[in-house]
Amino acid sequence: MGGEGAIGPADNQRRYFLIGATSVVAGVGVVGAAIPFVQSWAPSAKARALGAPVKVDISKLRPGELLGPIPAWRGQPVFVLNRTQAVLDGLAPQDDTRADPNSDRLEQQPTYAKNTWRSRKPEIGVYLGLCTHLGCSPKFFGEVQPQDWDANWQGGFFCPCHGSAFDLAGRVKQDVPAPSNLVVPPYSFETDAVIVIGVDEENA
Amino acid sequence: MEPTQSKIPAMWSAFMVWVDRRFPATETYEYHLSKYYAPKNFNFWYYFGVLATFVLVLQLVTGIWLTMSYVPSGDGAFASVEYIMRDVEFGWLLRYLHTTGASAFFVVVYLHMFRGLIYGSYREPRELIWLIGMAIFVALMAEGFFGYLLPWGNMSYWAAQVIVSLFGAIPFIGADLMEWIRGDFLISEITLNRFFALHVVALPLVLVMLVFVHIVALHHVGSNNPDGVDIKKYKDENGIPLDGTPFHPNYTIGHDLPAIVLFLIAFCAVVFYLPEMFGYFIEMPNFEEANPLKTPDHIAPVWYYTPFYAMLRAATYPLLGIDAKFWGFVVMAGAIVMPAVLPWLDRSPVKSIRYKGLASKVMLGIFIVSFFVLGYLGTIAPSPVATVLAQVGTVLYFAYFVLMPWYTRVEKTKPVPDRVTMR
Repeated sequence: MGGEGAIGPADNQRRYFLIGATSVVAGVGVVGAAIPFVQSWAPSAKARALGAPVKVDISKLRPGELLGPIPAWRGQPVFVLNRTQAVLDGLAPQDDTRADPNSDRLEQQPTYAKNTWRSRKPEIGVYLGLCTHLGCSPKFFGEVQPQDWDANWQGGFFCPCHGSAFDLAGRVKQDVPAPSNLVVPPYSFETDAVIVIGVDEENA
Repeated sequence: MEPTQSKIPAMWSAFMVWVDRRFPATETYEYHLSKYYAPKNFNFWYYFGVLATFVLVLQLVTGIWLTMSYVPSGDGAFASVEYIMRDVEFGWLLRYLHTTGASAFFVVVYLHMFRGLIYGSYREPRELIWLIGMAIFVALMAEGFFGYLLPWGNMSYWAAQVIVSLFGAIPFIGADLMEWIRGDFLISEITLNRFFALHVVALPLVLVMLVFVHIVALHHVGSNNPDGVDIKKYKDENGIPLDGTPFHPNYTIGHDLPAIVLFLIAFCAVVFYLPEMFGYFIEMPNFEEANPLKTPDHIAPVWYYTPFYAMLRAATYPLLGIDAKFWGFVVMAGAIVMPAVLPWLDRSPVKSIRYKGLASKVMLGIFIVSFFVLGYLGTIAPSPVATVLAQVGTVLYFAYFVLMPWYTRVEKTKPVPDRVTMR
């Protein structure tokens, strides 16, 4: 006669409250326990250290030449271009075939590169050599000559993966898969002959 | 009579009695094999579930052996694959079995899924079998993708770069998400290490567990058949379906064993004579070590992803102020998971294509053709013509699903027989 009477009939309301409260606490615990597992996937201290700024000597880069792709910014390929005056003059006439001729997508370049030639010094262009579509490395086609993908090619970069084309200021052509211009990494001139990629006034 | 001869069966049954009191060995054997009644009218299309299980075991075994000689490091990975190919005894065979096994896995899984499409195997009460199967398919795609980075060839590298970049198309969180997946600012040894862990530990566990519940669910409701009729409707006095036959030994020995032998003959022919399959199983740029500065001239995924890759590339218009590449990602992901909702799209009164109307047959034909055309387009370099074709193919692929509630309801179906037919 003791058993059932001693415990009494199940109090469902009380039971559901206890189940609910236990679940909430357990849920918080699971979220907390997940943090180290999720966070361990973030770039490690070693990866961040390897992403430190890199100095590039451009003293031997003559007008009309390309340096790169070099593993210069966080290990990613970077193009350094020394452009002739003729190339710079040829940029503005291409504005109407560019998706973002005035670099209005601000996240693609530091403010000092928001101009037609997308660089600090007009002749020296520094671009991240990764297509803004799906990250293939575009190839350099510097000559002014008709190409399969553009009969009126004025020189620039072409991505073989999905057919995106960029001019010699890294500005993307209209109606290609890539949505935006090539990224300009933060950089600064230590001297006229040495660029530091990864460092500028804002990103020291 | 020798006393020992008659004693062995007696000892065996005494042993099984001992075991069965402690573990449901005989019960499990009967439930899943000797007293699992499969429809008598299985045909060619019913080989591929067993073959998929066989290939899974093959991949597990060869994979474990490859892990014994493979080094998952940026400096060592590519060299260790060459070491396996040249210096490890029979290493070349283990590796070719594994690479060919990956393609074979997708061949048999695609055929297995096609069987489900034609005979309505996804219909009530087998919706969960179908959903678990879709989860297996997605896990298998992930498994293949992670494994593809491990040889650390240049195509491995850039394929991973492109696929991880897909996540960059997600608004707001894309860039951070990519960095989190890679664990670095670019695909690096760090990425290689985590893909290795996922490929050899995490996803195989997931796959094995999913295959287990796939079979548990199947044996709970029973197998469908080419007529799409319920064999449990007519049972004999012992409760055994009249149109059923014990899975073991009638199907295992009489049906599946010969299939495995035939499969192995074809499989070994590829392993020994065409392991690279003209660059479709092992791509040529992968004979060059990963180079973060140089994308291969022509980049394409392995053949089993190409239909979906073609759909990814087919999205070229921005929409709602979001870049086209995000929509490409949405279209590709949608195409992969779309079959999961089939059980709720098919409104036909009949299950099997044998009794469905003309519309279902035409739509299925269009679907298969578009799948193959997209598969081809995904292997070739982009061009304006190929893009338009891929867009048409994408529309037709989705039309099969989206229009299904309509065409399966309005078409005229044929009468379904009461019992299975042998043909």
